[in-house]
Amino acid sequence: MLINSADTVVGDALRGMAAAHPELEVDVARQVVVRRGARDGGRVGLVSGGGSGHEPLHAGFVGPGMLSAACAGAVFTSPVPDQMLHAAGAVDAGQGVLFVVKNYTGDVLNFRMAAELAEEDGLRVETVLVDDDVAVTDSLYTAGRRGTGATLFVEKIAGAAAEEGAPLDRVAALARQVNDVSRSFGVALGSCTTPAKGSPTFDLPDGELELGVGIHGEPGRERHAMMTAREIAEVAVEAVLDDLARTHPAAGRPVLLLVNGMGATPLLELYGFHAEVAAALAARGVPVARALVGNYVTSLDMAGCSVTVCRADDELLRLWDAPVQTAALRWGR
Amino acid sequence: MRDAEFFRHWMRAAADAVEREADRLTELDSPIGDADHGANLLRGFAAVRSAVAGPEPAGTPGALLQVAGRTLIATVGGASGPLYGTLLRRTGKELGEAAEVSDEDLRAALRAGVDAVARLGGAAPGDKTMLDALVPGVEALSRSYRAAADAADGGAGATVPLRARKGRASYLGERSIGHQDPGATSAALLLGALADTAEGTA
Repeated sequence: MLINSADTVVGDALRGMAAAHPELEVDVARQVVVRRGARDGGRVGLVSGGGSGHEPLHAGFVGPGMLSAACAGAVFTSPVPDQMLHAAGAVDAGQGVLFVVKNYTGDVLNFRMAAELAEEDGLRVETVLVDDDVAVTDSLYTAGRRGTGATLFVEKIAGAAAEEGAPLDRVAALARQVNDVSRSFGVALGSCTTPAKGSPTFDLPDGELELGVGIHGEPGRERHAMMTAREIAEVAVEAVLDDLARTHPAAGRPVLLLVNGMGATPLLELYGFHAEVAAALAARGVPVARALVGNYVTSLDMAGCSVTVCRADDELLRLWDAPVQTAALRWGR
Repeated sequence: MRDAEFFRHWMRAAADAVEREADRLTELDSPIGDADHGANLLRGFAAVRSAVAGPEPAGTPGALLQVAGRTLIATVGGASGPLYGTLLRRTGKELGEAAEVSDEDLRAALRAGVDAVARLGGAAPGDKTMLDALVPGVEALSRSYRAAADAADGGAGATVPLRARKGRASYLGERSIGHQDPGATSAALLLGALADTAEGTA
Protein backbone atom coordinates (compact mmCIF):
# COMPACT_ATOMS: atom_id res chain seq x y z
CA MET A 1 0.00 0.00 0.00
CA LEU A 2 1.20 3.51 -0.81
CA ILE A 3 0.91 4.83 2.74
CA ASN A 4 3.10 5.89 5.65
CA SER A 5 1.09 4.03 8.25
CA ALA A 6 -2.47 2.92 8.87
CA ASP A 7 -2.75 5.46 11.69
CA THR A 8 -1.85 8.49 9.59
CA VAL A 9 -3.51 7.56 6.30
CA VAL A 10 -6.47 9.95 6.58
CA GLY A 11 -4.43 12.90 7.86
CA ASP A 12 -1.81 12.36 5.18
CA ALA A 13 -4.47 12.36 2.46
CA LEU A 14 -5.93 15.60 3.81
CA ARG A 15 -2.47 17.23 3.85
CA GLY A 16 -2.10 16.24 0.24
CA MET A 17 -5.50 17.59 -0.58
CA ALA A 18 -4.63 20.91 1.05
CA ALA A 19 -1.45 21.13 -1.02
CA ALA A 20 -3.25 20.30 -4.27
CA HIS A 21 -6.28 22.50 -3.66
CA PRO A 22 -5.44 25.85 -2.12
CA GLU A 23 -9.00 26.90 -2.93
CA LEU A 24 -10.16 24.66 -0.06
CA GLU A 25 -9.76 25.22 3.67
CA VAL A 26 -8.46 21.92 4.97
CA ASP A 27 -8.37 21.46 8.73
CA VAL A 28 -6.11 18.43 8.94
CA ALA A 29 -6.33 18.08 12.73
CA ARG A 30 -10.12 18.15 12.80
CA GLN A 31 -10.45 16.27 9.50
CA VAL A 32 -12.87 18.83 8.12
CA VAL A 33 -12.72 20.37 4.62
CA VAL A 34 -14.54 23.69 4.16
CA ARG A 35 -15.27 25.71 1.05
CA ARG A 36 -13.31 28.95 1.25
CA GLY A 37 -15.70 31.83 1.94
CA ALA A 38 -18.47 29.36 2.76
CA ARG A 39 -20.37 31.97 4.75
CA ASP A 40 -20.20 34.68 2.08
CA GLY A 41 -23.39 35.21 0.17
CA GLY A 42 -25.76 34.09 2.91
CA ARG A 43 -26.47 30.69 1.43
CA VAL A 44 -27.78 27.53 3.07
CA GLY A 45 -24.84 25.39 4.12
CA LEU A 46 -24.47 21.80 2.92
CA VAL A 47 -22.48 19.48 5.16
CA SER A 48 -21.80 15.86 4.46
CA GLY A 49 -19.24 13.34 5.54
CA GLY A 50 -18.59 9.73 6.25
CA GLY A 51 -15.84 7.23 6.57
CA SER A 52 -12.72 7.75 4.50
CA GLY A 53 -11.96 5.34 1.68
CA HIS A 54 -14.78 6.52 -0.62
CA GLU A 55 -12.81 9.30 -2.32
CA PRO A 56 -13.56 11.59 -4.01
CA LEU A 57 -16.74 11.38 -1.86
CA HIS A 58 -17.12 13.65 0.15
CA ALA A 59 -14.28 16.19 0.36
CA GLY A 60 -13.79 16.02 -3.40
CA PHE A 61 -17.25 17.54 -3.76
CA VAL A 62 -16.66 20.62 -1.60
CA GLY A 63 -16.84 23.89 -3.51
CA PRO A 64 -19.13 26.32 -5.32
CA GLY A 65 -22.30 24.57 -6.48
CA MET A 66 -21.96 21.54 -4.25
CA LEU A 67 -20.95 20.94 -0.59
CA SER A 68 -20.00 23.70 1.83
CA ALA A 69 -18.04 21.29 4.03
CA ALA A 70 -17.17 17.64 4.44
CA CYS A 71 -16.10 15.66 7.51
CA ALA A 72 -13.76 12.71 7.09
CA GLY A 73 -13.87 9.79 9.49
CA ALA A 74 -11.36 7.00 9.87
CA VAL A 75 -11.37 4.50 7.01
CA PHE A 76 -14.94 3.17 6.59
CA THR A 77 -15.88 4.69 9.95
CA SER A 78 -18.25 7.59 10.46
CA PRO A 79 -16.81 10.91 11.58
CA VAL A 80 -17.75 12.09 15.08
CA PRO A 81 -20.26 14.75 16.18
CA ASP A 82 -17.52 17.26 17.08
CA GLN A 83 -16.44 17.35 13.43
CA MET A 84 -19.95 17.92 12.12
CA LEU A 85 -20.60 20.61 14.72
CA HIS A 86 -17.42 22.38 13.73
CA ALA A 87 -18.33 22.12 10.03
CA ALA A 88 -21.86 23.37 10.62
CA GLY A 89 -20.56 26.36 12.57
CA ALA A 90 -18.00 27.13 9.88
CA VAL A 91 -20.58 27.24 7.06
CA ASP A 92 -23.76 28.55 8.69
CA ALA A 93 -24.57 31.98 7.30
CA GLY A 94 -27.79 32.27 9.28
CA GLN A 95 -29.82 30.37 6.69
CA GLY A 96 -29.35 26.97 8.30
CA VAL A 97 -27.49 23.82 7.36
CA LEU A 98 -28.46 20.63 5.57
CA PHE A 99 -26.76 17.41 6.67
CA VAL A 100 -26.49 14.87 3.85
CA VAL A 101 -26.16 11.48 5.55
CA LYS A 102 -25.69 8.08 3.99
CA ASN A 103 -27.81 5.46 5.69
CA TYR A 104 -25.32 3.54 7.79
CA THR A 105 -25.86 3.13 11.51
CA GLY A 106 -22.67 4.97 12.44
CA ASP A 107 -23.27 7.92 10.14
CA VAL A 108 -26.89 8.20 11.23
CA LEU A 109 -26.10 8.12 14.97
CA ASN A 110 -23.21 10.57 14.81
CA PHE A 111 -25.03 13.06 12.58
CA ARG A 112 -28.12 12.77 14.78
CA MET A 113 -26.06 13.65 17.85
CA ALA A 114 -24.46 16.52 15.97
CA ALA A 115 -27.85 17.86 14.81
CA GLU A 116 -29.16 17.83 18.39
CA LEU A 117 -26.09 19.69 19.66
CA ALA A 118 -26.19 22.21 16.78
CA GLU A 119 -29.84 22.96 17.46
CA GLU A 120 -29.01 23.50 21.12
CA ASP A 121 -26.51 26.08 19.85
CA GLY A 122 -29.31 27.79 17.93
CA LEU A 123 -28.51 26.52 14.42
CA ARG A 124 -31.26 25.36 12.09
CA VAL A 125 -30.42 21.89 10.84
CA GLU A 126 -32.25 19.64 8.40
CA THR A 127 -31.06 16.13 7.62
CA VAL A 128 -31.58 14.09 4.46
CA LEU A 129 -30.87 10.36 4.59
CA VAL A 130 -29.58 8.83 1.38
CA ASP A 131 -30.73 5.20 0.98
CA ASP A 132 -30.69 4.25 -2.69
CA ASP A 133 -29.22 0.75 -2.71
CA VAL A 134 -31.78 -1.73 -4.06
CA ALA A 135 -29.67 -4.76 -3.10
CA VAL A 136 -30.98 -4.36 0.43
CA THR A 137 -34.42 -5.76 -0.22
CA ASP A 138 -35.85 -6.49 3.18
CA SER A 139 -35.45 -3.28 5.11
CA LEU A 140 -37.57 -4.60 7.98
CA TYR A 141 -34.78 -6.95 8.99
CA THR A 142 -31.78 -4.81 8.17
CA ALA A 143 -30.51 -1.37 9.06
CA GLY A 144 -32.38 -0.21 5.96
CA ARG A 145 -31.10 0.46 2.49
CA ARG A 146 -27.55 1.70 2.20
CA GLY A 147 -26.64 5.09 0.82
CA THR A 148 -24.31 4.77 -2.16
CA GLY A 149 -24.11 6.45 -5.60
CA ALA A 150 -27.17 8.65 -5.21
CA THR A 151 -25.21 10.65 -2.64
CA LEU A 152 -23.45 12.36 -5.54
CA PHE A 153 -26.77 13.30 -7.18
CA VAL A 154 -28.16 14.60 -3.88
CA GLU A 155 -25.06 16.68 -3.13
CA LYS A 156 -24.86 18.12 -6.64
CA ILE A 157 -28.52 19.03 -7.02
CA ALA A 158 -29.09 20.30 -3.47
CA GLY A 159 -25.79 22.17 -3.74
CA ALA A 160 -26.93 23.89 -6.92
CA ALA A 161 -30.18 24.92 -5.26
CA ALA A 162 -28.31 26.33 -2.26
CA GLU A 163 -25.96 28.18 -4.60
CA GLU A 164 -29.00 29.86 -6.20
CA GLY A 165 -30.11 31.04 -2.79
CA ALA A 166 -32.95 28.60 -2.16
CA PRO A 167 -34.07 28.48 1.49
CA LEU A 168 -33.29 25.52 3.73
CA ASP A 169 -36.71 23.90 3.42
CA ARG A 170 -36.49 23.96 -0.37
CA VAL A 171 -32.92 22.64 -0.46
CA ALA A 172 -33.90 19.82 1.90
CA ALA A 173 -37.03 19.00 -0.12
CA LEU A 174 -35.00 18.78 -3.33
CA ALA A 175 -32.43 16.56 -1.64
CA ARG A 176 -35.20 14.22 -0.47
CA GLN A 177 -36.79 14.23 -3.92
CA VAL A 178 -33.50 13.22 -5.55
CA ASN A 179 -33.06 10.39 -3.07
CA ASP A 180 -36.65 9.32 -3.60
CA VAL A 181 -36.20 8.88 -7.36
CA SER A 182 -32.68 7.40 -7.29
CA ARG A 183 -31.68 3.73 -7.18
CA SER A 184 -28.30 1.96 -7.17
CA PHE A 185 -26.89 -1.52 -7.55
CA GLY A 186 -23.25 -2.54 -7.01
CA VAL A 187 -21.05 -5.44 -8.04
CA ALA A 188 -17.66 -6.47 -6.63
CA LEU A 189 -15.08 -8.37 -8.64
CA GLY A 190 -12.65 -8.47 -5.73
CA SER A 191 -12.35 -7.41 -2.10
CA CYS A 192 -10.75 -4.19 -0.96
CA THR A 193 -7.93 -4.03 1.56
CA THR A 194 -8.31 -1.66 4.50
CA PRO A 195 -5.09 -0.10 5.80
CA ALA A 196 -5.92 -1.24 9.36
CA LYS A 197 -6.21 -4.89 8.40
CA GLY A 198 -3.69 -4.95 5.55
CA SER A 199 -5.21 -7.99 3.87
CA PRO A 200 -8.40 -8.38 1.80
CA THR A 201 -11.58 -8.01 3.86
CA PHE A 202 -13.26 -10.94 2.23
CA ASP A 203 -12.07 -13.72 0.00
CA LEU A 204 -13.37 -13.62 -3.55
CA PRO A 205 -11.75 -16.20 -5.80
CA ASP A 206 -10.92 -15.42 -9.40
CA GLY A 207 -13.81 -16.27 -11.63
CA GLU A 208 -16.46 -15.22 -9.12
CA LEU A 209 -18.20 -11.96 -8.32
CA GLU A 210 -20.45 -10.56 -5.61
CA LEU A 211 -23.78 -9.11 -6.63
CA GLY A 212 -25.41 -6.36 -4.59
CA VAL A 213 -22.46 -4.97 -2.67
CA GLY A 214 -22.24 -1.72 -0.76
CA ILE A 215 -19.20 0.48 -0.50
CA HIS A 216 -17.40 -0.90 2.53
CA GLY A 217 -15.76 -3.97 1.13
CA GLU A 218 -18.46 -6.05 2.70
CA PRO A 219 -19.65 -9.10 0.82
CA GLY A 220 -22.85 -8.71 -1.16
CA ARG A 221 -26.11 -10.61 -1.15
CA GLU A 222 -25.09 -13.34 -3.51
CA ARG A 223 -21.98 -14.83 -5.05
CA HIS A 224 -22.06 -15.73 -8.70
CA ALA A 225 -19.79 -17.16 -11.36
CA MET A 226 -18.05 -14.46 -13.39
CA MET A 227 -20.31 -12.68 -15.90
CA THR A 228 -19.64 -10.48 -18.91
CA ALA A 229 -20.05 -6.71 -18.70
CA ARG A 230 -23.25 -7.10 -20.73
CA GLU A 231 -24.69 -9.66 -18.32
CA ILE A 232 -23.78 -7.54 -15.28
CA ALA A 233 -25.37 -4.49 -16.90
CA GLU A 234 -28.58 -6.47 -17.49
CA VAL A 235 -28.72 -7.55 -13.84
CA ALA A 236 -27.98 -4.05 -12.50
CA VAL A 237 -30.38 -2.20 -14.80
CA GLU A 238 -33.13 -4.74 -14.19
CA ALA A 239 -32.64 -4.39 -10.43
CA VAL A 240 -32.71 -0.58 -10.32
CA LEU A 241 -35.60 -0.13 -12.77
CA ASP A 242 -37.72 -2.86 -11.15
CA ASP A 243 -37.33 -1.23 -7.80
CA LEU A 244 -37.86 2.29 -9.09
CA ALA A 245 -41.02 1.16 -10.91
CA ARG A 246 -42.67 0.29 -7.60
CA THR A 247 -42.94 3.99 -6.79
CA HIS A 248 -41.95 5.86 -9.94
CA PRO A 249 -42.32 4.39 -13.43
CA ALA A 250 -39.13 5.18 -15.32
CA ALA A 251 -40.02 4.17 -18.88
CA GLY A 252 -40.07 7.16 -21.19
CA ARG A 253 -38.65 9.45 -18.50
CA PRO A 254 -35.08 10.72 -18.77
CA VAL A 255 -32.59 9.69 -16.11
CA LEU A 256 -29.29 10.90 -14.78
CA LEU A 257 -26.94 7.95 -14.93
CA LEU A 258 -23.85 7.31 -12.86
CA VAL A 259 -21.64 4.41 -13.89
CA ASN A 260 -19.31 4.35 -10.95
CA GLY A 261 -16.04 2.56 -10.35
CA MET A 262 -15.23 1.15 -6.91
CA GLY A 263 -11.59 2.18 -7.05
CA ALA A 264 -9.70 -0.57 -8.85
CA THR A 265 -11.59 -0.91 -12.10
CA PRO A 266 -9.97 0.97 -14.99
CA LEU A 267 -11.89 3.47 -17.11
CA LEU A 268 -11.37 1.19 -20.10
CA GLU A 269 -13.63 -1.33 -18.39
CA LEU A 270 -16.00 1.28 -16.96
CA TYR A 271 -16.66 2.84 -20.35
CA GLY A 272 -17.24 -0.58 -21.86
CA PHE A 273 -19.63 -1.32 -19.01
CA HIS A 274 -21.31 2.05 -19.54
CA ALA A 275 -22.03 1.12 -23.16
CA GLU A 276 -23.86 -1.98 -21.94
CA VAL A 277 -25.76 -0.09 -19.23
CA ALA A 278 -26.87 2.58 -21.71
CA ALA A 279 -27.99 -0.14 -24.15
CA ALA A 280 -29.89 -1.98 -21.41
CA LEU A 281 -31.66 1.24 -20.42
CA ALA A 282 -32.46 2.09 -24.05
CA ALA A 283 -33.91 -1.41 -24.56
CA ARG A 284 -36.30 -0.68 -21.68
CA GLY A 285 -37.35 2.69 -23.10
CA VAL A 286 -35.40 4.79 -20.59
CA PRO A 287 -33.52 7.70 -22.18
CA VAL A 288 -30.28 8.81 -20.51
CA ALA A 289 -30.33 12.60 -20.20
CA ARG A 290 -26.88 12.93 -18.63
CA ALA A 291 -24.22 10.35 -17.86
CA LEU A 292 -21.21 10.40 -15.60
CA VAL A 293 -18.59 7.63 -15.82
CA GLY A 294 -15.71 7.31 -13.38
CA ASN A 295 -14.59 6.63 -9.83
CA TYR A 296 -16.79 8.85 -7.65
CA VAL A 297 -18.09 6.75 -4.75
CA THR A 298 -15.36 4.24 -4.17
CA SER A 299 -14.47 1.49 -1.79
CA LEU A 300 -10.70 1.81 -1.48
CA ASP A 301 -9.11 -0.56 -3.99
CA MET A 302 -12.16 -2.70 -4.61
CA ALA A 303 -12.56 -3.95 -8.15
CA GLY A 304 -16.12 -3.50 -9.30
CA CYS A 305 -18.73 -0.98 -10.26
CA SER A 306 -22.14 0.36 -9.45
CA VAL A 307 -25.00 1.78 -11.46
CA THR A 308 -27.14 4.64 -10.17
CA VAL A 309 -30.11 6.14 -11.97
CA CYS A 310 -32.03 9.24 -10.95
CA ARG A 311 -35.36 9.86 -12.65
CA ALA A 312 -35.03 13.51 -13.61
CA ASP A 313 -37.57 16.25 -14.27
CA ASP A 314 -36.78 19.60 -15.89
CA GLU A 315 -35.78 21.23 -12.64
CA LEU A 316 -33.48 18.42 -11.52
CA LEU A 317 -31.84 18.51 -14.96
CA ARG A 318 -31.38 22.27 -14.77
CA LEU A 319 -29.81 22.00 -11.30
CA TRP A 320 -27.60 19.11 -12.46
CA ASP A 321 -26.33 21.28 -15.32
CA ALA A 322 -25.69 24.28 -13.05
CA PRO A 323 -22.03 25.25 -12.62
CA VAL A 324 -19.99 23.28 -10.12
CA GLN A 325 -16.40 23.81 -9.08
CA THR A 326 -14.97 21.15 -6.81
CA ALA A 327 -11.86 19.01 -6.78
CA ALA A 328 -13.58 16.03 -8.40
CA LEU A 329 -16.52 17.51 -10.29
CA ARG A 330 -16.40 20.74 -12.24
CA TRP A 331 -18.27 22.14 -15.19
CA GLY A 332 -20.13 25.17 -16.45
CA ARG A 333 -17.74 27.93 -15.42
CA MET B 1 -19.13 1.35 48.22
CA ARG B 2 -17.31 2.25 45.02
CA ASP B 3 -15.50 5.54 44.59
CA ALA B 4 -14.14 7.30 41.50
CA GLU B 5 -10.90 5.36 41.79
CA PHE B 6 -12.82 2.11 41.21
CA PHE B 7 -14.29 3.48 38.00
CA ARG B 8 -10.94 4.86 36.85
CA HIS B 9 -9.56 1.38 37.40
CA TRP B 10 -12.44 -0.16 35.45
CA MET B 11 -11.79 2.11 32.46
CA ARG B 12 -8.08 1.27 32.53
CA ALA B 13 -8.89 -2.45 32.70
CA ALA B 14 -11.26 -2.02 29.75
CA ALA B 15 -8.54 -0.26 27.77
CA ASP B 16 -6.14 -3.10 28.62
CA ALA B 17 -8.68 -5.68 27.46
CA VAL B 18 -9.34 -3.84 24.20
CA GLU B 19 -5.60 -3.57 23.60
CA ARG B 20 -5.19 -7.28 24.23
CA GLU B 21 -8.13 -8.31 22.04
CA ALA B 22 -8.05 -5.68 19.27
CA ASP B 23 -6.80 -8.06 16.60
CA ARG B 24 -9.44 -10.62 17.50
CA LEU B 25 -12.19 -7.97 17.33
CA THR B 26 -10.98 -6.92 13.91
CA GLU B 27 -10.85 -10.55 12.76
CA LEU B 28 -14.44 -11.06 13.91
CA ASP B 29 -15.42 -7.87 12.07
CA SER B 30 -13.88 -9.04 8.78
CA PRO B 31 -16.38 -11.59 7.48
CA ILE B 32 -19.52 -9.65 8.47
CA GLY B 33 -18.38 -6.05 8.86
CA ASP B 34 -15.57 -3.91 7.59
CA ALA B 35 -12.61 -5.10 9.63
CA ASP B 36 -12.10 -2.09 11.86
CA HIS B 37 -13.86 -2.76 15.18
CA GLY B 38 -10.61 -3.47 17.00
CA ALA B 39 -8.81 -0.48 15.54
CA ASN B 40 -11.69 1.86 16.35
CA LEU B 41 -12.08 0.77 19.97
CA LEU B 42 -8.31 0.83 20.41
CA ARG B 43 -8.33 4.50 19.40
CA GLY B 44 -11.27 5.26 21.68
CA PHE B 45 -10.08 3.49 24.80
CA ALA B 46 -6.57 4.87 24.44
CA ALA B 47 -8.22 8.32 24.60
CA VAL B 48 -10.34 7.21 27.57
CA ARG B 49 -7.21 6.04 29.35
CA SER B 50 -5.67 9.52 29.06
CA ALA B 51 -8.96 11.31 29.79
CA VAL B 52 -9.59 9.51 33.08
CA ALA B 53 -5.97 9.95 34.13
CA GLY B 54 -6.21 13.70 33.66
CA PRO B 55 -7.54 16.28 36.08
CA GLU B 56 -10.90 16.84 34.36
CA PRO B 57 -13.04 14.05 35.76
CA ALA B 58 -14.17 15.44 39.06
CA GLY B 59 -13.88 13.06 41.94
CA THR B 60 -17.21 11.31 41.46
CA PRO B 61 -18.01 8.05 39.70
CA GLY B 62 -20.75 9.73 37.69
CA ALA B 63 -18.49 12.48 36.37
CA LEU B 64 -15.75 10.03 35.49
CA LEU B 65 -18.03 7.78 33.46
CA GLN B 66 -19.52 10.77 31.67
CA VAL B 67 -16.07 11.96 30.67
CA ALA B 68 -15.23 8.46 29.44
CA GLY B 69 -18.48 8.34 27.42
CA ARG B 70 -17.92 11.76 25.88
CA THR B 71 -14.39 10.72 24.98
CA LEU B 72 -15.62 7.61 23.18
CA ILE B 73 -18.19 9.61 21.21
CA ALA B 74 -15.52 12.14 20.23
CA THR B 75 -12.91 9.63 19.14
CA VAL B 76 -14.39 6.32 17.99
CA GLY B 77 -16.86 7.24 15.26
CA GLY B 78 -18.89 4.59 13.48
CA ALA B 79 -21.76 3.06 15.41
CA SER B 80 -19.56 1.93 18.30
CA GLY B 81 -18.69 5.50 19.33
CA PRO B 82 -22.22 6.78 19.99
CA LEU B 83 -23.39 3.42 21.38
CA TYR B 84 -20.56 2.83 23.86
CA GLY B 85 -20.43 6.56 24.57
CA THR B 86 -24.12 6.59 25.39
CA LEU B 87 -23.76 3.50 27.58
CA LEU B 88 -21.12 5.14 29.79
CA ARG B 89 -22.60 8.65 29.72
CA ARG B 90 -26.07 7.48 30.65
CA THR B 91 -24.70 5.21 33.37
CA GLY B 92 -22.66 8.13 34.69
CA LYS B 93 -25.67 10.44 34.69
CA GLU B 94 -27.72 7.90 36.62
CA LEU B 95 -25.02 7.71 39.29
CA GLY B 96 -25.49 11.43 39.88
CA GLU B 97 -23.05 13.41 41.98
CA ALA B 98 -22.43 10.97 44.82
CA ALA B 99 -18.78 10.56 45.80
CA GLU B 100 -19.36 6.87 46.43
CA VAL B 101 -21.98 4.54 45.01
CA SER B 102 -23.26 1.17 46.13
CA ASP B 103 -23.21 -1.93 43.94
CA GLU B 104 -26.97 -1.65 43.81
CA ASP B 105 -26.72 1.95 42.50
CA LEU B 106 -24.32 0.76 39.84
CA ARG B 107 -26.63 -2.07 38.79
CA ALA B 108 -29.53 0.32 38.35
CA ALA B 109 -27.36 2.84 36.51
CA LEU B 110 -25.96 0.23 34.14
CA ARG B 111 -29.47 -0.99 33.40
CA ALA B 112 -30.44 2.57 32.46
CA GLY B 113 -27.31 2.81 30.32
CA VAL B 114 -28.18 -0.38 28.45
CA ASP B 115 -31.76 0.85 27.93
CA ALA B 116 -30.37 4.06 26.42
CA VAL B 117 -28.20 2.03 24.03
CA ALA B 118 -31.24 0.00 22.95
CA ARG B 119 -33.23 3.20 22.32
CA LEU B 120 -30.44 4.92 20.39
CA GLY B 121 -29.69 1.95 18.15
CA GLY B 122 -33.28 0.73 17.91
CA ALA B 123 -32.06 -2.81 18.52
CA ALA B 124 -33.22 -5.61 20.79
CA PRO B 125 -31.63 -8.84 22.01
CA GLY B 126 -31.52 -11.35 19.16
CA ASP B 127 -30.57 -8.75 16.54
CA LYS B 128 -26.90 -9.82 16.76
CA THR B 129 -25.55 -6.64 18.34
CA MET B 130 -23.78 -5.60 21.55
CA LEU B 131 -27.16 -5.86 23.32
CA ASP B 132 -26.93 -9.65 23.08
CA ALA B 133 -24.08 -9.41 25.59
CA LEU B 134 -25.15 -6.33 27.56
CA VAL B 135 -28.72 -7.37 28.35
CA PRO B 136 -27.97 -10.81 29.87
CA GLY B 137 -24.87 -9.30 31.47
CA VAL B 138 -26.81 -6.60 33.28
CA GLU B 139 -29.51 -9.08 34.28
CA ALA B 140 -26.90 -11.29 35.92
CA LEU B 141 -25.39 -8.38 37.83
CA SER B 142 -27.77 -9.04 40.73
CA ARG B 143 -25.85 -12.30 41.31
CA SER B 144 -22.30 -11.00 41.01
CA TYR B 145 -19.95 -9.04 38.76
CA ARG B 146 -18.38 -12.32 37.64
CA ALA B 147 -21.80 -13.75 36.81
CA ALA B 148 -22.46 -10.66 34.70
CA ALA B 149 -19.20 -11.07 32.82
CA ASP B 150 -19.90 -14.75 32.22
CA ALA B 151 -23.45 -14.06 31.05
CA ALA B 152 -22.19 -11.38 28.66
CA ASP B 153 -19.57 -13.78 27.36
CA GLY B 154 -22.25 -16.42 26.85
CA GLY B 155 -24.45 -13.86 25.13
CA ALA B 156 -21.65 -12.95 22.75
CA GLY B 157 -21.05 -16.60 21.94
CA ALA B 158 -24.76 -17.11 21.38
CA THR B 159 -24.73 -14.55 18.55
CA VAL B 160 -22.98 -17.07 16.26
CA PRO B 161 -26.15 -18.74 14.90
CA LEU B 162 -28.12 -15.48 14.76
CA ARG B 163 -28.97 -13.54 11.62
CA ALA B 164 -27.95 -9.89 11.96
CA ARG B 165 -30.83 -7.42 11.82
CA LYS B 166 -29.01 -4.22 12.71
CA GLY B 167 -25.77 -2.61 11.67
CA ARG B 168 -23.65 -3.37 8.67
CA ALA B 169 -23.78 -7.15 9.10
CA SER B 170 -27.54 -7.00 8.47
CA TYR B 171 -26.82 -6.43 4.78
CA LEU B 172 -25.49 -9.96 4.54
CA GLY B 173 -28.85 -11.48 5.42
CA GLU B 174 -28.51 -15.26 5.84
CA ARG B 175 -24.78 -15.02 5.29
CA SER B 176 -24.31 -13.24 8.61
CA ILE B 177 -25.17 -16.56 10.31
CA GLY B 178 -22.23 -18.53 11.69
CA HIS B 179 -20.12 -15.58 12.84
CA GLN B 180 -19.78 -14.14 16.34
CA ASP B 181 -20.82 -10.51 16.57
CA PRO B 182 -17.81 -8.25 17.19
CA GLY B 183 -19.90 -5.67 19.10
CA ALA B 184 -21.27 -8.28 21.50
CA THR B 185 -17.71 -9.53 21.94
CA SER B 186 -16.35 -6.13 22.89
CA ALA B 187 -19.32 -5.52 25.20
CA ALA B 188 -18.41 -8.74 27.01
CA LEU B 189 -14.84 -7.43 27.37
CA LEU B 190 -16.19 -4.30 29.07
CA LEU B 191 -18.16 -6.33 31.63
CA GLY B 192 -15.20 -8.71 32.04
CA ALA B 193 -13.04 -5.71 32.93
CA LEU B 194 -15.66 -4.62 35.46
CA ALA B 195 -15.60 -8.06 37.11
CA ASP B 196 -11.79 -8.09 37.18
CA THR B 197 -11.82 -4.65 38.77
CA ALA B 198 -14.40 -5.63 41.40
CA GLU B 199 -12.38 -8.74 42.26
CA GLY B 200 -9.17 -6.76 42.37
CA THR B 201 -7.60 -8.95 39.70
CA ALA B 202 -7.34 -6.31 36.96
